[in-house]
Amino acid sequence: MKITVDEEKCCGAGQCVLIAPEVFDQRDEDGIVVLLDAEPAAEHHGLVRESASVCPAAAIHLDEA
Amino acid sequence: MSIPEHVLVVGASAAGLTTAEALRRKGFGGRLTLLGAEDAAPYDRPPLSKQVLSGAWEPTRAQLRTADALDALDAEFLLGDPAVALDAGRRSVRTAFGAAVTADAVVVATGLRPRELPGQDGLRGVHVVRTVADALALRSDLLGAGRVVVVGDGVLGAETAATARSMGPAVYLVGPQPAPMTGQLGPLAAGHLADLHRRNGVALRTGVLLDALLSRDGAVTGVRLSDGEELPADVVVAAVGCSPATDWLADSGLVLDDGVVCDARCRAAEGVWAVGDVARWHHRGLGRLLRLENRTNATEQALAVAGDIMGEDRPYVPVPYFWTDQYDVKVQVFGLLSAESRAEVVAGDPAEGRFVVRHEGPRGPVGVLGWRMPKQTRLHRASIVDHYTRPLENAAP
Repeated sequence: MKITVDEEKCCGAGQCVLIAPEVFDQRDEDGIVVLLDAEPAAEHHGLVRESASVCPAAAIHLDEA
Repeated sequence: MSIPEHVLVVGASAAGLTTAEALRRKGFGGRLTLLGAEDAAPYDRPPLSKQVLSGAWEPTRAQLRTADALDALDAEFLLGDPAVALDAGRRSVRTAFGAAVTADAVVVATGLRPRELPGQDGLRGVHVVRTVADALALRSDLLGAGRVVVVGDGVLGAETAATARSMGPAVYLVGPQPAPMTGQLGPLAAGHLADLHRRNGVALRTGVLLDALLSRDGAVTGVRLSDGEELPADVVVAAVGCSPATDWLADSGLVLDDGVVCDARCRAAEGVWAVGDVARWHHRGLGRLLRLENRTNATEQALAVAGDIMGEDRPYVPVPYFWTDQYDVKVQVFGLLSAESRAEVVAGDPAEGRFVVRHEGPRGPVGVLGWRMPKQTRLHRASIVDHYTRPLENAAP
């Protein structure tokens, strides 16, 4: 799994950080998503998929090929 | 309840699409059908009053998923054909073009319909902002406008006024509250929002209602307010709230009362769920029916509904959350603020334009509001989780 995030779409809600804090964080100044691990281990995949799905800005893209 | 073979989702916006995605992610391998009233791939609504209206984004940028991602869902999309009737007992839906779809499970995700102003029908220059077509029509009129009146001081009215102002015209923001969004933000932050609009050149008219639209030859020329003031305008925006889109359910057998009334698991009837803006469900943490009109609820509730369809059997007890972007300010609210709750600044400093406010109710913290402090706001969210997730009967006195 490879994760990309669209910083321009990100609305800083922090939903992804609440769900998968080992993969996502937020910048202090504006709350925009910070990707901690673009190719997380398999054990995180479920929560990463959930983060992508609930992201209120559809700003998280997953390449599962 | 056994897992259904065919799930029909009525509504193909954020809540409906996320329900479908979550079903697949949770292992649903049966037939999946999505009905959409609009003839467009599922798109996101928060950008409509901001990036799409201003022109910063092409409308396609607001699409929720790529064509490939929609294909991968392995669902049948029936778009541009609104549902007109549901038989809840048979779980059968009829559409405007006469199609009939019967399924084992039906998810109602038809969202909201914007309220119109009295006399708005057929009048040129008066707009609502709900669909991408609405936003583009408003944009087209704003580009040549000299004076704009936005009627409605909630989140949509305030955002639309901010965007319209950035496009050049003089803008009035009109509403009944003492400051825009007072009901959602509390008086302290709403006061800052009023200042923000004034600093950016928006003229506020607070504590007033619309008395009448003024027009000549079928085009709007302005508004008259309840205090008698008349404001000239080339464009008027109606942002006076929405109603749940439940008219098509009148004969369905479902209980309708400001939305589709559901139990704690968002079930409206045997085999029928409701999700998103249209759903009024029993929030067990609050001990009452709740309907949330916000983007985050659409997806969180969709996960809950998909989970319940798949037999997870858990009540839906979210901590409400919404945000708004106006000018260079992001405001975020976790929980539900009320006029009775006590507000206390817990981080930052309002004088410096960055702060977090916590609202205390009689049982403890009920809400956290952040003004240009997203990360700190999220960290303070932890203090209110109990209020929403702990069942009322076990609450400390």
